[in-house]
Amino acid sequence: MLPGGVDPHAHPAFLRHHFESVAQQREAASFGMWVFLLTEIMFFGGMFAAYLIFRNWYHPAFVAGSNTLDITLGTTNTAVLIFSSFTMAMAVYSAEMRRKGQLILFLLCTIVLGLVFLGIKGVEWHEKYVEHHVPGMGFSIQDFVHPTNPKAIPLAPDMAEKTQIYFSLYFAMTGMHALHMVIGVSLLFFLVALASRGAYTEGHIMPIENFGLYWHFVDIIWIFLFPLLYLISRYR
Amino acid sequence: MSEKIDPEHQEQHIVGPPVYLTILLCLLVLTAITTGVAFIDLGVFNAVIALAIACLKASLVVLFFMHIKYSSRLLKMTVLAGLFTFMLLLTLTMTDYISRAWGMW
Repeated sequence: MLPGGVDPHAHPAFLRHHFESVAQQREAASFGMWVFLLTEIMFFGGMFAAYLIFRNWYHPAFVAGSNTLDITLGTTNTAVLIFSSFTMAMAVYSAEMRRKGQLILFLLCTIVLGLVFLGIKGVEWHEKYVEHHVPGMGFSIQDFVHPTNPKAIPLAPDMAEKTQIYFSLYFAMTGMHALHMVIGVSLLFFLVALASRGAYTEGHIMPIENFGLYWHFVDIIWIFLFPLLYLISRYR
Repeated sequence: MSEKIDPEHQEQHIVGPPVYLTILLCLLVLTAITTGVAFIDLGVFNAVIALAIACLKASLVVLFFMHIKYSSRLLKMTVLAGLFTFMLLLTLTMTDYISRAWGMW
């Protein structure tokens, strides 16, 4: 105890001893989270590179495969995910303002929007299963050799086989993205439980902030998947 | 202490609802534009425009939703270093693929 009753060791309970200040702890946590997100960029980056190379090799197959996707569902899902990013950003703001009820409300909104996204994604995947467009699960080239769409160019059987590469990448990329969403939604349930006990509205907002960074990152991946998988190969 | 700006001892900049709402609107408008453009035949520029809009959307998310615009130089450099490394890997991979006689097998 210093003269005048000042305790030099007084600090909020959430400040770890190896940090000098709350701001330093926050900076370190953000830095760590961003380094993790960079590894995630590399993880998805490999699939994006594969997409780029195979699209150049088997362009007709990629065009044909892309046109079987439902652009309305894809656009709706993009909007849903952007809204969920907004609600997550507002959750971070609520934590900073120390408003517990508002924080829980925005976290719940983010959960709901995340589940809506996964639901729509499930409908799209089921459609692919019904159409025999899932590689390895009764895949059929019928729709590409004899397309029903008058704008579609019929593919030779060997090129039509290559649509499996498009769909493999489609399922790998949207699947890994959806896995990240499932992990995100699961974490959100924990955050809601802890937030309701007031864990993040007493100045300790780091977990909410870092989860926000993760959630926005998942949104960014979709922002790139959407044009690559749905938009750039449309029949016009 | 000197007057130098030290990010480890600064109060965090709080981004408010007006900024978030503006960014939300921009992202939704850009989504509508990119979907609309997909139905117009522009040749190779369909892909170029779609990716340019995607990059713009991603930048808005990183700068405002992820607070990088208001963050320290350390965090700004971290993000840039990541993007730079990714572009480097992608470019070197592509130079290999476009400059060799890889077959269409």
